[in-house]
Amino acid sequence: MKTLTTALAALALSIASAQDLTGDVAVYGDRIHTMVGGEVITDGVVVIRGGKIQAVGPAVGISIPDDMPTMRAAIVVPGLIDARSTLGLTGLLNQPGDQDHLDPSGAIQPELRAIDAYNARDALVDWARGYGVTTVHTGPSSGALVSGQTMVVKLKGTSVEDGLVVERAMVAASLADAVRSGDGAPGTRAKSVSMLRAALTDAQGYLAKRRAAVDDDEQDAPEPDLGKDTLADVLAGDVPLLVTAHRHQDIASALRLAEEFGFRLVLDGCAEAHLMLDELAAAGVPVIAHPPMMRIGSMTSDRSAATFELPRLLDQAGVPFAIQTGYEGYVPKVRVLLFEAAIAARYGLPFERTLAAVTIDAATILGLEDRLGSIEAGKDGDLALFDGDPFEYTSHCVGVVIDGTIASDEVR
Amino acid sequence: MSNVVSLCRRLPRLAVALLAALTFATPPVGAQQTAVTAFVGAYVIPIDGDPIDDGVVVIDGSKIVAVGARGDISVPDGATIHDLRGKVLMPGLICTHSHIGEPWAADSSDPIQPDVRTFDAINARDAAIQRAQAGGITTANIMSGSGHLMSGQTTYVKLRDAGSIDELVYRFEDGRPMGGMKMANGTNPQRAKPFPGTRGKSAALVRAAFVRAQNYKRKIDAAGDDASKMPDRDLIQEALLEVLDGTRVVHHHTHRHDDILTVLRLSKEFGFRVVLHHVSDGWMVADEIAAAGASVSVIQIDSPGGKLEAVNLSPKTGAILEKAGVKVAFHTDDPINDSRLFLRSAALAVRDGMSRDGALRAMTLSGAEMLDLGDRIGSITVGKDADLVVLSGDPLSVYSLIEETWIDGERVFELTNADDRIYALGGVGATNARFFTLCCFGNGTGSTTR
Repeated sequence: MKTLTTALAALALSIASAQDLTGDVAVYGDRIHTMVGGEVITDGVVVIRGGKIQAVGPAVGISIPDDMPTMRAAIVVPGLIDARSTLGLTGLLNQPGDQDHLDPSGAIQPELRAIDAYNARDALVDWARGYGVTTVHTGPSSGALVSGQTMVVKLKGTSVEDGLVVERAMVAASLADAVRSGDGAPGTRAKSVSMLRAALTDAQGYLAKRRAAVDDDEQDAPEPDLGKDTLADVLAGDVPLLVTAHRHQDIASALRLAEEFGFRLVLDGCAEAHLMLDELAAAGVPVIAHPPMMRIGSMTSDRSAATFELPRLLDQAGVPFAIQTGYEGYVPKVRVLLFEAAIAARYGLPFERTLAAVTIDAATILGLEDRLGSIEAGKDGDLALFDGDPFEYTSHCVGVVIDGTIASDEVR
Repeated sequence: MSNVVSLCRRLPRLAVALLAALTFATPPVGAQQTAVTAFVGAYVIPIDGDPIDDGVVVIDGSKIVAVGARGDISVPDGATIHDLRGKVLMPGLICTHSHIGEPWAADSSDPIQPDVRTFDAINARDAAIQRAQAGGITTANIMSGSGHLMSGQTTYVKLRDAGSIDELVYRFEDGRPMGGMKMANGTNPQRAKPFPGTRGKSAALVRAAFVRAQNYKRKIDAAGDDASKMPDRDLIQEALLEVLDGTRVVHHHTHRHDDILTVLRLSKEFGFRVVLHHVSDGWMVADEIAAAGASVSVIQIDSPGGKLEAVNLSPKTGAILEKAGVKVAFHTDDPINDSRLFLRSAALAVRDGMSRDGALRAMTLSGAEMLDLGDRIGSITVGKDADLVVLSGDPLSVYSLIEETWIDGERVFELTNADDRIYALGGVGATNARFFTLCCFGNGTGSTTR
C-alpha cells in the first residue's frame, strides 16, 4: 500500500512539475476584458508561454502551435485578486486547530507572519480558486491592534512557497470594535489610539538607532527586536500599515496617525467611509473596502451603517479602492470574491469598475500592477473564464489559469 | 404608536387625501372603490400558473380579486391604476426560517422547552423586519436558535408595519398564535448538562419527551368526560401533543446525513410532521428524504465549512433534492443570510442546476405550504392575500432590484422612498426601528443615533 501511495504521489508530482515547467496555454474568448484602458477584445485569444502572457489580440491575427493546450470561454478576464482575506489561515473546519488568524496573547504583535500559518491545502483555498480567484492578499485578521504581517500568494501548489508573491505585503493594524476585548486589549477608542501611538513612538526610537548605526560605525545598533523591527520598517516606508476601521471617527484616527508618523496607510473595511468621502479623496489613501455583503449587526455594531453602495460611492468620489472578502467567524467561512463584487455591481458600480476592483485596482493597491491584474504581454498568465457576465448570479466560472497552468476547469 | 408610525410614513399620501377631503364637501365619486388597485402591464409570475406578459392583477382591500392578461381582465371603474410596464410582479417571498425580531425563546435551563413561545419574545419594531420587507419577504417563520433539542414554538408572521407582535401574527382557527415547533440535532444542542453530550443521548431525550406526552394523552383519553380524572394542565405536554396530532409542524435544524436520517426515523416513530431545515448533507440522502415524504427548507450558503457539520455542504443540494422529487423551499436563517438579498438563494440554486420554476416556487408557494398557509399566500391567485413584490427585472438576475413590497394590499416598501431606501441599501439608520426616524434624530444625514 505504501509503495502504491508513494508511486501515486510521485506520479502526481511529475504531472504537476510537467505543467509547471511548461506554463503554456492559449485561451480563446468571445470577449476578453484586458483591463488596459477599458479595452475589450472580441473573438480574441490570450497566448501564455512559460507562465507569462506572450500575446493578446484578435484570434485571427495570432497563430497557435498545434501542440499548445487551449481553452475557450464566452468571457475571459484577468485572474481575480482578493485584496484582503484570511484565506489559508482560517480553515474549513472552524475548529481551534485550523484557525490561525489571531493570536490572543498580545494586543500588538507585528512580528507574526502569514507565511508561517498559511495552509495551501485547505479546502477553502480550492473553493476560492474555483470561482476565479488566482491571487489573495491574506494574513492575520483585524481582531488585534496589530495582528501581524500579511502576504500575497497565488492559489497554486501545496505549500506557501509554491505560490508566494510577496512574503510581507503589509502590517495589519486595527481600530475596529473587535480589538477592544480580551486580556491586554484596549477598552476604549482613545486607549486604542494611545497604545498604537506608544508602539509607533517606540519604533521611531528604534528606527533612529538603527539608522544611526548604519550611518556611523561608532553607534551601536539597537538590540534586535522582531516587533520593533517590523514597525520601524513601516515608519521607514518599506511596508504599508493596513488599518482596519469602520466608524468614521476610527477612520479619521487612522488618517491622523498616518499624518503624525508619516507611514504609508492603506485603509481596510471602512463601513462608514461614505460619511467622509471628501476627506478620503483628499488624503489619497487607498481603501480596501469591506465585502459588500458583510453583516451589519445591530445598532451597537461599528458596521451598522455599512451600505451596499459603498463601492459606487468610493468610485464616484475618486477614492482608489478594491473589494475584499475579509474575515468570517462562522458561515460562510470564506466569502466568494465574485459574489461580493456582484453586489457592488448590483448597486451601481459600473461593470468595468467592478472588474477593476477585483483585478487591476487590487493589484495597484498591493503594489503589483506591473505583474498582475490585467491581460497584457509580459504579465503573469493568470486568467478567469466565464460562460456569461461574471457577476450574474446564474453565470459560471468555467476555468482558471494560474501562471499558464490550468488550475481549474470545473463549472462553478 | 403603530398608528402614528404608519400615519407619519404615509404622510404625503395622507396629506393628499386630507386635501381632497377639504376640497370636496362630500366624498369624491369613486371614493368607495379606492381600495381597489389594478397592477397593470407587468410581466406577472403567478407561480401557480404560467407567467403572463403584460398582465393585470386586481386587488380589493387585502385580497387578490383578478389575475390575467390585459384584455382578459376588466379593471373596475374607479380602481387606482398602478402602471408596471417593464416591471416584474411576483408573490411576496416566504422565508421559512428566520431570526429577525430577536426571537430568543428557550433559555439554558433545559434542552427541551416546547412550552416556550417565540411569540412572547419577538420585537415587532426590529429594523430587521423593515430590511426583510425591502428584500421582498412578506411572511416569515420566526424561530429560536438551534442550541436546544427543542427550543420552543415558532411564530408565523406577516411582515406588516406594526407596533406589536399581535398585529403581525397568523392565527390558528381558535385564535391562538400560529407556528410550528423548532427542533435541532447534531452538534449545536450538545453542551454541558442538562443538555445532551452525544447524538445517541439527544435522540433518547427527544423520544422520552414524546413518550411522556403520549402517556399524558392516554390519561386524558381515559378520563373521557369525567373531569375529576383529568390530569392537571401541563403546558409542556399540551405543546407536544400539538406536535403529535399534527397541529404544529416540526421545523427541524439538521445538517449531517446521519442526523437527517435520525429526524426521519423519529418522525416515523411518533408520527409528527416535519420540515427538514438547512440539510448540508441533504444531497447524500435525497432518496431517503423523498421516500419519507418530508419537505425540505434549504439554506444556500456561499461556501462550505465554518462548522464541522457543514464541511460537505453543496450548492447543488436544491437541484439534487428537486430531481429526487422532494418539495424544496429556501430560507435566510437571517442573520446568516441577509433578508435583503433573499432572492440570491433561488438564483444561486439555479446556477447549480435547479429549475427556474422550481426555484421560484421554493421562494414562495412551497414555503407557504410548509407553513400550512398554502391556501392563503404564496401565489398570485384570486382569493389569496395581496402580498406582492415589484421588481425592475428578472428575479434571478443580480441586476434586478426590488422596487416595491405590498402586504395585504398595502405598500410597505418603496425603493424611491428615502426612509425605505436606507433599509434596502444600508447606511446610517439601517438598524434603527422605523419610529426613530420620525422624530428629532434625523434619518441618515449624519445623525448620531444609529
